Amino acid sequence: MLSEETVQEIRAALRRYPRPRSAVLDALRAIQRQFGYCPPEALTEAAEILEIDANALQMLVTFYDLLYDHPVGAHILMPCKNIACYLRGADEIIAYLSRKLGIAPGQTTPDGTFTLQPMECLAACDLAPVMIADGEYYGPLTPERIDAILAELAARPPYRGEPVIETRPGTAVNGGGAGNGGGDGHDL
Amino acid sequence: MATTYEPILLRNVGVPNSWDIDVAIAHGDYQALPRALREYTPEQIVELVKNSGLRGRGGAGAPTGMKWGFVPRGRREKYLLVNADESEPGTFSNRAIIENDPHQLIEGIVISAYALEIPTTIIYLRGEFALGYRRLAHALRQAYERGYVGKNILGSGFDTDIIIFRGAGAYICGEETALIESLEGNRPMPRPRPPFPAAQGVYNLPTNVQNVETICNIPLLINKGLEWYTSIGTPPRNTGPKIYCVSGHVRRPGNKELPLNTTLRELIYEHSGGMIDDRPVKAVIPGGASAAMLPGDNLDITMDFDTLAKLGTMLGSGGVIVMNDRTCIPCAVRRIEEFYNHESCGKCTPCREGTMWMVKLLRRITEGDADSDDIDELDRVAKTIGFGPPNITLCALGDASTSCVTSGIRLFREEFEYHARTGRCMVERVLVPT
Repeated sequence: MLSEETVQEIRAALRRYPRPRSAVLDALRAIQRQFGYCPPEALTEAAEILEIDANALQMLVTFYDLLYDHPVGAHILMPCKNIACYLRGADEIIAYLSRKLGIAPGQTTPDGTFTLQPMECLAACDLAPVMIADGEYYGPLTPERIDAILAELAARPPYRGEPVIETRPGTAVNGGGAGNGGGDGHDL
Repeated sequence: MATTYEPILLRNVGVPNSWDIDVAIAHGDYQALPRALREYTPEQIVELVKNSGLRGRGGAGAPTGMKWGFVPRGRREKYLLVNADESEPGTFSNRAIIENDPHQLIEGIVISAYALEIPTTIIYLRGEFALGYRRLAHALRQAYERGYVGKNILGSGFDTDIIIFRGAGAYICGEETALIESLEGNRPMPRPRPPFPAAQGVYNLPTNVQNVETICNIPLLINKGLEWYTSIGTPPRNTGPKIYCVSGHVRRPGNKELPLNTTLRELIYEHSGGMIDDRPVKAVIPGGASAAMLPGDNLDITMDFDTLAKLGTMLGSGGVIVMNDRTCIPCAVRRIEEFYNHESCGKCTPCREGTMWMVKLLRRITEGDADSDDIDELDRVAKTIGFGPPNITLCALGDASTSCVTSGIRLFREEFEYHARTGRCMVERVLVPT
């Protein structure tokens, strides 16, 4: 089930850190780049390469906010709901997103385009009320800006996270081969 | 003087392409590193940091020199772990540095690694930082290519490596032992201390954990010298510049790099444009959501570690959250507590169960299904979990989850009473025009 590219990415992750155990989050991200989430069968295959228990991987997927054990939308909208954004109208922004998309927080639109995932503080309180979508910050948000952002995002290919950038000399810039799914058109 | 201070840590914010190595060099990065390698022995840098009075900028405010003193000498497998998992609500200074001046961080790491004879540094980068990751990774690659990181750095014979490790979204990973668990591929739950990371940290090896902003003070200290550094702020215990992250109901929220003796009034009225619509300050959380709130009637306090500790709160991460008179304190406290409940890792019973109880009580209070006894109960639950003795949770998240509750009730009890009785806010909450 894992593509050759994903397998290579996991193997590259095993070489990236002083101990192979540190490769697990990169491995899970590689799986998400292929599938958009972490299907159990993929975890089983990855666990073999990583030489750890598949349950240990599953436990990580359910713990972290950015890892998913079920299919999610092509673009995940992450409005901040924490205190600094709350003081600047985050509740109203989340309610607007929810109304506009016709879904409750945590849900995905029936066409699979958007998931609404309100988040805790995004470390961008100067942009409050703020959200992250496709790895970019948008803020301060207003209903009008949201309309424009949603239209722009819907026209893009699915975002599957940032591809790995290898940092040591003598390594290719993209660790797992070039053709990753997401991050197209992002510059520095 | 606060008004004449020119930012250094944030000097490159807004400079076009400031993350590129040539631009970074043109704007002052990598000036301290050659001097550190040529003019100082590792021990002399440790002494310099000890004498500077620099205290950790991540939250606890521990003296950096003292922490450096715990690192065993000699070149062997041991780690410098840079905590770049910035997620304390109200805090956004590390992100500004990582995105705008990653070379400053890299330079600070290499000098620190030289001082501590560290072969490998791991930067634990918050998973949500996508732009930060792209810029930091490209910067690191460039730094390797130019010989600022890696083997025989600038011909000095000193070798050191830097590795970026990306998190995947969990507040608890900002806690140093949970961060280490995460790095080791485990479910990120705090470890009992002792052993402290200084003795058994990453892979059970000696580890020095530092915040991004703290590390960025090191090149600054080399460049500007001890005398200058200790003249900033209130020596000897509150020295150097601090990045205050001002948010909430101010006109110009943002990162404000200022000396550690800046007053709250200066911060709000001189550096953040004052209050939106000129409304009065009702309350301020001075150091991220984990810090107890202060009433708005005393703005002339200096925003340093010791002054805030004396007032029963803390400078913490420097996240200054300003609330105007139309903020409903019970609603704000409920929002903060829901955060702690969500982020509690579940390992320690008082935190896992206590944050859930506090949220339940706060929901009942804000929904008008409670009475005075419930407010007492809320206060009692909070005081049971937080700020012992004895410490009944493994990490500071337990304590932190109670600060807003106990301070909110102490300062604004009548609002809790009103909310519990009526289910309505005592103030007319008004949306901020954006």
